[in-house]
Amino acid sequence: MNRPQTLTRAIAFAAAACVAAGANAEPDTDQLVVNEEIEMITEAAAPAHTENLSTVYSGWRFRADETQALQMDDFENPAMIFVEAAAEVWSTADGTKGNSCASCHEDVESLRGVRAVYPKWNEAAGEVRTLEMQINDCRENQMGADKWKYTGGDMTNMTALISSVSRGMPVNVAIDGPAQSMWEQGKELYYTRTGQLELSCANCHEDSYGMMIRADHLSQGQINGFPTYRLKNTKLNSVHARFKGCVRDTRAETFKPGSADFVALELYVASRGNGLSVEGPSVRN
Amino acid sequence: MASGVKPRVKVPKTAAAGETITIKTLISHKMESGQRKDSDGNPIPRSIINRFTTEFNGENVVDVALEPAISTNPYFQFDAVVPEAGEFKFTWYDDDGSVYEETKSIKIG
Amino acid sequence: MELTRRKLLAIGASTFAIASITGASAYASLTDDAIAALTGGAEAGEGAITITAPEIAENGNTVPVAVDAPGAVAITLFADGNPTPGVATFKFGPLSASRSAATRIRLATTQNVVAVAKMEDGSFQMAKANVKVTIGGCGG
Repeated sequence: MNRPQTLTRAIAFAAAACVAAGANAEPDTDQLVVNEEIEMITEAAAPAHTENLSTVYSGWRFRADETQALQMDDFENPAMIFVEAAAEVWSTADGTKGNSCASCHEDVESLRGVRAVYPKWNEAAGEVRTLEMQINDCRENQMGADKWKYTGGDMTNMTALISSVSRGMPVNVAIDGPAQSMWEQGKELYYTRTGQLELSCANCHEDSYGMMIRADHLSQGQINGFPTYRLKNTKLNSVHARFKGCVRDTRAETFKPGSADFVALELYVASRGNGLSVEGPSVRN
Repeated sequence: MASGVKPRVKVPKTAAAGETITIKTLISHKMESGQRKDSDGNPIPRSIINRFTTEFNGENVVDVALEPAISTNPYFQFDAVVPEAGEFKFTWYDDDGSVYEETKSIKIG
Repeated sequence: MELTRRKLLAIGASTFAIASITGASAYASLTDDAIAALTGGAEAGEGAITITAPEIAENGNTVPVAVDAPGAVAITLFADGNPTPGVATFKFGPLSASRSAATRIRLATTQNVVAVAKMEDGSFQMAKANVKVTIGGCGG
Protein backbone atom coordinates (compact mmCIF):
# COMPACT_ATOMS: atom_id res chain seq x y z
CA MET A 1 0.00 0.00 0.00
CA ASN A 2 1.25 3.39 -0.89
CA ARG A 3 0.44 5.34 2.24
CA PRO A 4 1.62 8.85 1.26
CA GLN A 5 -0.50 8.70 -1.85
CA THR A 6 -3.54 7.65 0.14
CA LEU A 7 -2.94 10.48 2.55
CA THR A 8 -2.61 12.95 -0.28
CA ARG A 9 -5.87 11.70 -1.71
CA ALA A 10 -7.59 12.00 1.65
CA ILE A 11 -6.41 15.57 2.05
CA ALA A 12 -7.37 16.43 -1.48
CA PHE A 13 -10.82 14.96 -0.94
CA ALA A 14 -11.32 16.84 2.31
CA ALA A 15 -10.21 20.06 0.71
CA ALA A 16 -12.35 19.69 -2.39
CA ALA A 17 -15.30 21.00 -0.42
CA CYS A 18 -13.32 24.08 0.53
CA VAL A 19 -12.41 24.76 -3.07
CA ALA A 20 -15.99 24.26 -4.12
CA ALA A 21 -16.97 26.88 -1.56
CA GLY A 22 -14.21 29.08 -2.94
CA ALA A 23 -15.68 28.75 -6.39
CA ASN A 24 -18.70 30.63 -5.14
CA ALA A 25 -16.63 33.46 -3.76
CA GLU A 26 -17.58 35.80 -6.56
CA PRO A 27 -16.55 39.45 -6.53
CA ASP A 28 -18.44 41.34 -3.85
CA THR A 29 -21.09 43.96 -4.59
CA ASP A 30 -19.40 46.96 -2.94
CA GLN A 31 -19.33 50.31 -4.71
CA LEU A 32 -16.06 52.20 -5.05
CA VAL A 33 -16.28 55.95 -4.60
CA VAL A 34 -12.99 57.72 -3.93
CA ASN A 35 -12.97 60.84 -1.74
CA GLU A 36 -16.79 60.72 -1.79
CA GLU A 37 -16.38 62.18 -5.25
CA ILE A 38 -14.93 59.91 -7.93
CA GLU A 39 -17.40 57.16 -8.79
CA MET A 40 -15.53 54.18 -10.17
CA ILE A 41 -16.91 51.65 -12.61
CA THR A 42 -15.73 48.36 -11.11
CA GLU A 43 -18.02 46.12 -13.17
CA ALA A 44 -18.77 46.40 -16.86
CA ALA A 45 -19.95 44.31 -19.76
CA ALA A 46 -16.89 42.61 -21.19
CA PRO A 47 -15.59 44.18 -24.40
CA ALA A 48 -16.49 42.16 -27.50
CA HIS A 49 -12.85 41.17 -28.00
CA THR A 50 -12.75 39.54 -24.55
CA GLU A 51 -14.49 36.43 -25.81
CA ASN A 52 -14.49 34.25 -22.73
CA LEU A 53 -15.83 36.69 -20.14
CA SER A 54 -19.28 38.21 -20.00
CA THR A 55 -18.49 40.73 -17.25
CA VAL A 56 -15.22 42.38 -16.30
CA TYR A 57 -14.50 43.31 -12.69
CA SER A 58 -11.89 45.53 -11.11
CA GLY A 59 -9.52 43.74 -8.75
CA TRP A 60 -10.88 46.04 -6.02
CA ARG A 61 -14.05 43.93 -5.93
CA PHE A 62 -12.08 40.86 -4.88
CA ARG A 63 -10.41 42.45 -1.89
CA ALA A 64 -11.42 42.42 1.77
CA ASP A 65 -13.33 45.41 3.16
CA GLU A 66 -10.30 46.69 5.09
CA THR A 67 -8.15 46.69 1.95
CA GLN A 68 -10.94 48.28 -0.08
CA ALA A 69 -11.30 51.09 2.46
CA LEU A 70 -7.68 52.13 1.97
CA GLN A 71 -8.44 53.15 -1.61
CA MET A 72 -11.61 55.12 -0.84
CA ASP A 73 -9.87 58.16 0.58
CA ASP A 74 -6.69 59.76 -0.70
CA PHE A 75 -5.43 60.28 2.81
CA GLU A 76 -5.93 56.62 3.72
CA ASN A 77 -4.27 55.51 0.47
CA PRO A 78 -0.54 55.13 1.18
CA ALA A 79 0.15 55.35 -2.58
CA MET A 80 -0.64 59.04 -2.46
CA ILE A 81 2.64 59.72 -0.63
CA PHE A 82 4.37 58.62 -3.81
CA VAL A 83 2.04 60.69 -5.96
CA GLU A 84 3.04 63.72 -3.89
CA ALA A 85 6.70 62.84 -4.32
CA ALA A 86 6.17 62.66 -8.11
CA ALA A 87 4.38 66.02 -8.08
CA GLU A 88 7.60 67.58 -6.79
CA VAL A 89 9.63 65.83 -9.49
CA TRP A 90 7.08 66.99 -12.09
CA SER A 91 8.13 70.61 -11.68
CA THR A 92 11.84 69.98 -11.03
CA ALA A 93 14.12 70.59 -14.03
CA ASP A 94 16.41 67.71 -14.96
CA GLY A 95 18.84 67.03 -17.84
CA THR A 96 20.85 69.17 -20.20
CA LYS A 97 17.92 71.16 -21.57
CA GLY A 98 16.83 72.56 -18.24
CA ASN A 99 13.28 71.30 -18.65
CA SER A 100 10.90 69.73 -16.20
CA CYS A 101 7.67 67.90 -17.08
CA ALA A 102 5.90 71.17 -16.25
CA SER A 103 7.93 73.08 -18.86
CA CYS A 104 5.89 71.42 -21.60
CA HIS A 105 2.80 70.06 -19.86
CA GLU A 106 2.26 72.81 -17.24
CA ASP A 107 -0.18 71.34 -14.74
CA VAL A 108 -0.36 67.55 -14.55
CA GLU A 109 -4.14 67.94 -14.96
CA SER A 110 -3.38 68.66 -18.63
CA LEU A 111 -2.64 64.93 -18.95
CA ARG A 112 -6.12 63.94 -17.80
CA GLY A 113 -7.22 61.09 -20.05
CA VAL A 114 -3.73 59.92 -20.96
CA ARG A 115 -3.60 56.91 -18.64
CA ALA A 116 -6.94 55.69 -19.99
CA VAL A 117 -5.64 55.21 -23.56
CA TYR A 118 -2.16 53.77 -22.92
CA PRO A 119 -0.49 51.61 -24.21
CA LYS A 120 -0.98 53.53 -27.45
CA TRP A 121 0.36 53.46 -31.00
CA ASN A 122 2.88 56.23 -31.61
CA GLU A 123 2.85 57.09 -35.31
CA ALA A 124 6.14 58.99 -35.41
CA ALA A 125 8.03 56.24 -33.62
CA GLY A 126 6.16 53.45 -35.39
CA GLU A 127 5.62 51.51 -32.17
CA VAL A 128 3.15 50.82 -29.39
CA ARG A 129 4.23 52.77 -26.36
CA THR A 130 3.46 52.27 -22.70
CA LEU A 131 3.25 55.27 -20.39
CA GLU A 132 6.70 54.39 -19.08
CA MET A 133 8.16 54.38 -22.62
CA GLN A 134 6.60 57.77 -23.31
CA ILE A 135 7.95 59.21 -20.05
CA ASN A 136 11.45 58.00 -20.91
CA ASP A 137 11.10 59.42 -24.43
CA CYS A 138 10.27 62.79 -22.85
CA ARG A 139 13.22 62.50 -20.49
CA GLU A 140 15.70 61.65 -23.24
CA ASN A 141 14.51 63.91 -26.03
CA GLN A 142 12.69 66.82 -24.39
CA MET A 143 14.77 67.10 -21.24
CA GLY A 144 18.16 65.67 -22.20
CA ALA A 145 17.97 63.57 -19.06
CA ASP A 146 18.87 59.95 -18.35
CA LYS A 147 16.15 57.37 -18.79
CA TRP A 148 14.57 56.06 -15.64
CA LYS A 149 14.70 52.36 -14.82
CA TYR A 150 11.50 50.86 -16.24
CA THR A 151 10.15 49.63 -12.91
CA GLY A 152 12.15 52.01 -10.68
CA GLY A 153 10.66 54.18 -7.96
CA ASP A 154 10.87 57.48 -9.87
CA MET A 155 9.15 55.94 -12.88
CA THR A 156 6.39 54.19 -10.97
CA ASN A 157 5.72 57.28 -8.87
CA MET A 158 5.37 59.37 -12.04
CA THR A 159 2.98 56.90 -13.65
CA ALA A 160 0.96 57.03 -10.41
CA LEU A 161 0.77 60.84 -10.60
CA ILE A 162 -0.26 60.77 -14.26
CA SER A 163 -2.79 58.01 -13.60
CA SER A 164 -4.26 59.83 -10.60
CA VAL A 165 -5.61 62.68 -12.74
CA SER A 166 -7.49 60.21 -14.98
CA ARG A 167 -9.20 58.37 -12.13
CA GLY A 168 -12.82 57.60 -12.88
CA MET A 169 -12.38 57.76 -16.65
CA PRO A 170 -13.06 54.51 -18.51
CA VAL A 171 -10.06 52.58 -19.82
CA ASN A 172 -10.23 52.80 -23.60
CA VAL A 173 -7.14 51.45 -25.31
CA ALA A 174 -7.24 51.11 -29.09
CA ILE A 175 -6.53 47.63 -30.43
CA ASP A 176 -7.20 48.11 -34.10
CA GLY A 177 -5.17 49.67 -36.92
CA PRO A 178 -1.43 49.69 -36.41
CA ALA A 179 -1.74 48.42 -32.82
CA GLN A 180 -3.50 45.24 -33.90
CA SER A 181 -0.49 43.04 -34.51
CA MET A 182 0.97 43.93 -31.12
CA TRP A 183 -2.41 43.20 -29.55
CA GLU A 184 -2.56 39.79 -31.25
CA GLN A 185 0.92 39.06 -29.92
CA GLY A 186 -0.22 39.98 -26.41
CA LYS A 187 -3.29 37.82 -26.73
CA GLU A 188 -1.20 34.84 -27.75
CA LEU A 189 1.04 35.36 -24.75
CA TYR A 190 -2.00 35.60 -22.47
CA TYR A 191 -3.12 32.13 -23.49
CA THR A 192 0.35 30.53 -23.59
CA ARG A 193 1.19 28.26 -20.68
CA THR A 194 4.58 29.01 -19.15
CA GLY A 195 6.87 27.51 -16.55
CA GLN A 196 7.04 24.24 -14.69
CA LEU A 197 3.47 24.74 -13.52
CA GLU A 198 2.34 25.20 -17.13
CA LEU A 199 0.00 28.04 -16.32
CA SER A 200 -1.16 30.74 -18.67
CA CYS A 201 -2.59 34.08 -17.54
CA ALA A 202 -5.99 32.72 -18.54
CA ASN A 203 -5.79 29.63 -16.32
CA CYS A 204 -5.93 31.78 -13.21
CA HIS A 205 -7.50 35.05 -14.25
CA GLU A 206 -10.07 33.89 -16.78
CA ASP A 207 -10.86 30.26 -15.88
CA SER A 208 -10.55 30.56 -12.11
CA TYR A 209 -11.20 34.13 -10.97
CA GLY A 210 -13.30 34.24 -7.83
CA MET A 211 -11.68 31.06 -6.51
CA MET A 212 -9.06 30.91 -3.81
CA ILE A 213 -5.44 30.29 -4.77
CA ARG A 214 -4.11 29.23 -1.40
CA ALA A 215 -5.35 32.06 0.83
CA ASP A 216 -5.73 34.60 -1.95
CA HIS A 217 -8.96 35.55 -3.71
CA LEU A 218 -8.16 35.37 -7.43
CA SER A 219 -9.14 38.43 -9.45
CA GLN A 220 -9.46 38.77 -13.20
CA GLY A 221 -5.98 40.27 -13.28
CA GLN A 222 -7.27 43.58 -14.59
CA ILE A 223 -4.68 46.37 -14.70
CA ASN A 224 -6.97 49.41 -14.51
CA GLY A 225 -5.74 50.00 -10.95
CA PHE A 226 -2.03 50.18 -11.76
CA PRO A 227 0.30 51.27 -10.43
CA THR A 228 -0.92 49.66 -7.25
CA TYR A 229 0.20 49.93 -3.65
CA ARG A 230 0.44 46.37 -2.38
CA LEU A 231 0.15 45.63 1.32
CA LYS A 232 2.47 42.70 0.70
CA ASN A 233 5.49 44.82 -0.19
CA THR A 234 4.21 48.23 0.99
CA LYS A 235 5.23 50.03 -2.16
CA LEU A 236 3.91 51.02 -5.56
CA ASN A 237 4.05 48.21 -8.10
CA SER A 238 4.12 48.74 -11.85
CA VAL A 239 2.25 46.60 -14.35
CA HIS A 240 5.38 44.95 -15.74
CA ALA A 241 6.76 44.23 -12.27
CA ARG A 242 3.47 42.45 -11.51
CA PHE A 243 3.57 40.53 -14.79
CA LYS A 244 7.09 39.46 -13.93
CA GLY A 245 5.93 38.21 -10.54
CA CYS A 246 3.07 36.26 -12.10
CA VAL A 247 5.26 34.60 -14.73
CA ARG A 248 7.90 33.80 -12.13
CA ASP A 249 5.19 32.15 -10.02
CA THR A 250 4.54 29.74 -12.88
CA ARG A 251 8.19 28.83 -12.32
CA ALA A 252 9.29 30.20 -15.67
CA GLU A 253 12.12 32.44 -16.76
CA THR A 254 10.25 35.72 -17.02
CA PHE A 255 10.24 38.33 -19.72
CA LYS A 256 12.00 41.58 -18.97
CA PRO A 257 10.02 44.62 -17.81
CA GLY A 258 9.85 47.00 -20.76
CA SER A 259 10.38 44.17 -23.28
CA ALA A 260 8.25 43.97 -26.43
CA ASP A 261 6.60 40.83 -25.00
CA PHE A 262 5.39 42.63 -21.88
CA VAL A 263 4.37 45.74 -23.85
CA ALA A 264 2.22 43.50 -26.03
CA LEU A 265 0.81 41.73 -22.98
CA GLU A 266 0.06 45.07 -21.30
CA LEU A 267 -1.82 46.28 -24.39
CA TYR A 268 -3.85 43.09 -24.48
CA VAL A 269 -4.59 42.94 -20.74
CA ALA A 270 -5.45 46.65 -20.65
CA SER A 271 -7.90 46.11 -23.52
CA ARG A 272 -9.65 43.36 -21.54
CA GLY A 273 -10.52 46.07 -19.02
CA ASN A 274 -11.86 48.60 -21.52
CA GLY A 275 -14.88 50.13 -19.80
CA LEU A 276 -13.56 49.83 -16.24
CA SER A 277 -12.46 53.06 -14.56
CA VAL A 278 -8.85 54.09 -14.29
CA GLU A 279 -8.17 53.55 -10.57
CA GLY A 280 -4.42 53.94 -10.28
CA PRO A 281 -2.91 54.28 -7.85
CA SER A 282 -5.06 51.58 -6.27
CA VAL A 283 -4.50 49.51 -3.12
CA ARG A 284 -4.33 45.72 -3.27
CA ASN A 285 -3.12 42.96 -0.96
CA MET B 1 18.28 60.66 7.93
CA ALA B 2 16.50 57.80 6.22
CA SER B 3 15.91 58.64 2.57
CA GLY B 4 12.57 59.67 1.12
CA VAL B 5 10.85 60.35 4.45
CA LYS B 6 7.81 62.50 3.83
CA PRO B 7 5.11 63.35 6.39
CA ARG B 8 1.44 63.93 5.57
CA VAL B 9 -1.16 65.20 8.01
CA LYS B 10 -4.85 65.91 7.64
CA VAL B 11 -6.28 68.61 9.89
CA PRO B 12 -9.39 70.72 9.21
CA LYS B 13 -8.59 74.35 8.36
CA THR B 14 -11.19 75.72 10.76
CA ALA B 15 -13.03 74.58 13.89
CA ALA B 16 -15.38 76.04 16.50
CA ALA B 17 -13.74 76.93 19.84
CA GLY B 18 -13.74 73.79 21.99
CA GLU B 19 -14.66 71.55 19.07
CA THR B 20 -13.33 68.00 18.73
CA ILE B 21 -11.55 67.32 15.45
CA THR B 22 -10.13 64.13 13.97
CA ILE B 23 -6.51 64.18 12.87
CA LYS B 24 -4.87 61.68 10.54
CA THR B 25 -1.13 61.37 10.00
CA LEU B 26 1.02 59.27 7.69
CA ILE B 27 4.76 59.34 7.15
CA SER B 28 6.69 57.45 4.50
CA HIS B 29 9.19 55.25 6.32
CA LYS B 30 10.37 51.67 5.81
CA MET B 31 10.06 50.78 9.51
CA GLU B 32 12.77 48.13 9.15
CA SER B 33 11.85 45.73 11.93
CA GLY B 34 15.23 44.17 12.71
CA GLN B 35 13.62 40.75 12.17
CA ARG B 36 14.53 40.43 8.49
CA LYS B 37 17.63 39.05 6.84
CA ASP B 38 19.29 40.20 3.64
CA SER B 39 20.03 37.90 0.69
CA ASP B 40 23.30 36.81 2.33
CA GLY B 41 21.49 35.77 5.49
CA ASN B 42 22.75 38.66 7.61
CA PRO B 43 20.22 40.37 9.87
CA ILE B 44 19.10 43.78 8.60
CA PRO B 45 19.44 46.17 11.55
CA ARG B 46 16.31 47.74 13.02
CA SER B 47 15.59 51.25 11.75
CA ILE B 48 12.21 52.62 12.74
CA ILE B 49 10.42 55.73 13.87
CA ASN B 50 10.19 55.10 17.61
CA ARG B 51 8.12 58.06 18.81
CA PHE B 52 5.45 60.35 17.44
CA THR B 53 4.00 63.36 19.22
CA THR B 54 1.33 65.95 18.52
CA GLU B 55 1.09 69.27 20.33
CA PHE B 56 -1.28 72.19 19.97
CA ASN B 57 0.10 75.58 21.00
CA GLY B 58 2.67 73.76 23.10
CA GLU B 59 0.20 71.46 24.89
CA ASN B 60 0.29 67.71 24.32
CA VAL B 61 -2.42 65.87 22.42
CA VAL B 62 -0.86 62.42 22.03
CA ASP B 63 2.56 60.91 22.62
CA VAL B 64 3.00 57.55 20.93
CA ALA B 65 5.80 55.03 21.45
CA LEU B 66 6.22 52.88 18.32
CA GLU B 67 7.63 49.36 18.17
CA PRO B 68 8.72 47.50 15.01
CA ALA B 69 5.21 45.99 14.73
CA ILE B 70 3.92 49.30 13.38
CA SER B 71 3.49 48.95 9.60
CA THR B 72 5.62 50.56 6.94
CA ASN B 73 4.51 54.17 6.38
CA PRO B 74 3.13 54.62 9.93
CA TYR B 75 -0.46 55.84 10.11
CA PHE B 76 -2.27 57.31 13.11
CA GLN B 77 -5.74 58.66 13.66
CA PHE B 78 -6.87 60.36 16.87
CA ASP B 79 -9.06 63.18 18.20
CA ALA B 80 -8.02 66.59 19.52
CA VAL B 81 -9.81 69.46 21.22
CA VAL B 82 -9.23 72.87 19.67
CA PRO B 83 -9.63 75.47 22.46
CA GLU B 84 -8.46 78.42 20.37
CA ALA B 85 -6.84 79.31 17.07
CA GLY B 86 -3.28 78.10 16.82
CA GLU B 87 -0.87 75.60 15.45
CA PHE B 88 -0.56 71.83 15.60
CA LYS B 89 2.97 70.55 15.67
CA PHE B 90 3.65 66.95 14.65
CA THR B 91 7.03 65.35 15.37
CA TRP B 92 8.39 61.96 14.37
CA TYR B 93 11.61 60.63 15.96
CA ASP B 94 13.77 58.24 13.93
CA ASP B 95 16.08 55.56 15.43
CA ASP B 96 18.94 57.24 13.56
CA GLY B 97 18.44 60.48 15.48
CA SER B 98 16.60 62.30 12.70
CA VAL B 99 13.54 64.32 13.67
CA TYR B 100 10.80 65.06 11.14
CA GLU B 101 8.38 67.91 11.81
CA GLU B 102 5.20 69.20 10.26
CA THR B 103 2.91 72.01 11.38
CA LYS B 104 -0.70 72.88 10.55
CA SER B 105 -2.50 76.02 11.68
CA ILE B 106 -6.20 76.06 12.40
CA LYS B 107 -8.57 79.00 12.63
CA ILE B 108 -11.65 79.48 14.77
CA GLY B 109 -14.64 80.05 12.57
CA MET C 1 -15.80 18.33 -11.08
CA GLU C 2 -12.96 17.15 -13.24
CA LEU C 3 -9.89 16.71 -11.08
CA THR C 4 -6.88 17.82 -13.10
CA ARG C 5 -3.34 17.85 -11.78
CA ARG C 6 -3.54 21.61 -11.55
CA LYS C 7 -6.66 21.57 -9.46
CA LEU C 8 -5.02 19.02 -7.19
CA LEU C 9 -2.10 21.36 -6.69
CA ALA C 10 -4.45 24.18 -5.81
CA ILE C 11 -6.41 21.96 -3.46
CA GLY C 12 -3.31 20.74 -1.65
CA ALA C 13 -2.13 24.29 -1.21
CA SER C 14 -5.44 25.54 0.13
CA THR C 15 -5.47 22.77 2.72
CA PHE C 16 -2.08 23.91 3.88
CA ALA C 17 -3.27 27.51 4.14
CA ILE C 18 -6.27 26.48 6.22
CA ALA C 19 -4.11 24.41 8.53
CA SER C 20 -1.70 27.29 9.01
CA ILE C 21 -4.28 29.71 10.39
CA THR C 22 -5.24 27.60 13.35
CA GLY C 23 -1.87 27.18 15.05
CA ALA C 24 -1.42 28.35 18.64
CA SER C 25 0.96 31.18 19.33
CA ALA C 26 4.43 30.28 20.50
CA TYR C 27 5.10 33.75 21.83
CA ALA C 28 2.03 34.26 24.03
CA SER C 29 3.94 34.06 27.31
CA LEU C 30 6.12 36.99 26.26
CA THR C 31 2.95 39.05 26.05
CA ASP C 32 1.79 37.83 29.47
CA ASP C 33 5.15 38.90 30.87
CA ALA C 34 4.96 42.29 29.18
CA ILE C 35 1.44 42.88 30.47
CA ALA C 36 2.48 41.89 33.99
CA ALA C 37 5.37 44.35 33.78
CA LEU C 38 2.98 47.09 32.70
CA THR C 39 0.30 46.46 35.31
CA GLY C 40 2.64 45.44 38.12
CA GLY C 41 0.68 42.22 38.30
CA ALA C 42 -2.63 43.97 39.01
CA GLU C 43 -5.73 42.27 37.63
CA ALA C 44 -7.06 44.07 34.54
CA GLY C 45 -10.81 44.61 34.23
CA GLU C 46 -12.88 44.30 31.10
CA GLY C 47 -15.71 46.26 29.53
CA ALA C 48 -14.40 49.82 29.54
CA ILE C 49 -12.11 49.23 26.59
CA THR C 50 -12.87 48.13 23.06
CA ILE C 51 -10.56 47.01 20.31
CA THR C 52 -11.56 46.93 16.67
CA ALA C 53 -9.65 44.73 14.25
CA PRO C 54 -10.59 42.63 11.23
CA GLU C 55 -11.53 39.02 11.91
CA ILE C 56 -9.45 38.00 8.91
CA ALA C 57 -6.58 40.15 7.70
CA GLU C 58 -5.91 39.92 3.98
CA ASN C 59 -2.27 40.72 4.59
CA GLY C 60 -0.47 40.66 7.92
CA ASN C 61 1.78 43.54 6.86
CA THR C 62 -0.91 46.16 7.23
CA VAL C 63 -3.71 45.37 9.66
CA PRO C 64 -5.94 48.28 10.72
CA VAL C 65 -6.54 48.36 14.48
CA ALA C 66 -8.49 50.86 16.58
CA VAL C 67 -8.75 51.15 20.37
CA ASP C 68 -11.13 53.13 22.53
CA ALA C 69 -11.00 53.37 26.33
CA PRO C 70 -12.88 56.36 27.79
CA GLY C 71 -11.08 57.53 30.93
CA ALA C 72 -7.72 56.02 29.99
CA VAL C 73 -4.47 57.92 30.39
CA ALA C 74 -2.57 55.48 28.19
CA ILE C 75 -3.28 52.45 26.02
CA THR C 76 -0.65 49.85 25.11
CA LEU C 77 -1.10 47.41 22.25
CA PHE C 78 0.48 43.97 22.15
CA ALA C 79 0.53 41.30 19.46
CA ASP C 80 0.92 37.94 21.19
CA GLY C 81 2.07 36.00 18.13
CA ASN C 82 4.82 38.34 17.01
CA PRO C 83 8.47 37.64 17.83
CA THR C 84 8.38 40.71 20.09
CA PRO C 85 4.99 41.48 21.61
CA GLY C 86 5.09 45.29 21.85
CA VAL C 87 3.23 47.28 19.18
CA ALA C 88 2.66 50.81 20.47
CA THR C 89 1.75 52.87 23.52
CA PHE C 90 -0.55 55.86 23.19
CA LYS C 91 -0.32 58.44 25.99
CA PHE C 92 -3.15 60.92 25.92
CA GLY C 93 -2.40 64.56 26.73
CA PRO C 94 -4.63 67.38 28.00
CA LEU C 95 -5.84 68.27 24.50
CA SER C 96 -6.76 64.72 23.53
CA ALA C 97 -10.48 64.73 22.83
CA SER C 98 -11.09 61.02 23.15
CA ARG C 99 -9.09 58.17 24.59
CA SER C 100 -9.08 56.43 21.23
CA ALA C 101 -6.65 55.96 18.37
CA ALA C 102 -6.27 53.98 15.17
CA THR C 103 -3.16 52.68 13.46
CA ARG C 104 -1.94 49.93 11.10
CA ILE C 105 0.14 47.09 12.45
CA ARG C 106 2.16 44.03 11.45
CA LEU C 107 1.01 40.60 12.49
CA ALA C 108 3.38 37.72 11.76
CA THR C 109 0.66 35.09 12.02
CA THR C 110 -2.84 34.44 13.33
CA GLN C 111 -2.89 35.75 16.89
CA ASN C 112 -4.49 37.99 19.50
CA VAL C 113 -4.07 41.73 19.50
CA VAL C 114 -4.25 42.77 23.15
CA ALA C 115 -4.98 46.30 24.35
CA VAL C 116 -4.25 47.29 27.94
CA ALA C 117 -5.45 50.68 29.16
CA LYS C 118 -4.20 52.43 32.26
CA MET C 119 -7.16 54.33 33.68
CA GLU C 120 -7.17 57.68 35.49
CA ASP C 121 -7.71 55.93 38.84
CA GLY C 122 -4.65 53.72 38.30
CA SER C 123 -6.64 50.58 37.47
CA PHE C 124 -6.24 48.64 34.23
CA GLN C 125 -8.61 47.49 31.53
CA MET C 126 -7.89 44.88 28.91
CA ALA C 127 -9.45 43.69 25.64
CA LYS C 128 -8.40 41.13 23.05
CA ALA C 129 -9.19 40.62 19.40
CA ASN C 130 -8.25 37.50 17.50
CA VAL C 131 -7.07 38.22 13.98
CA LYS C 132 -6.63 35.43 11.46
CA VAL C 133 -3.77 36.25 9.15
CA THR C 134 -3.95 34.58 5.76
CA ILE C 135 -0.62 33.48 4.41
CA GLY C 136 0.05 32.47 0.87
CA GLY C 137 -1.43 33.23 -2.46
CA CYS C 138 0.59 34.82 -5.19
CA GLY C 139 4.01 36.13 -4.29
CA GLY C 140 3.90 38.18 -7.48
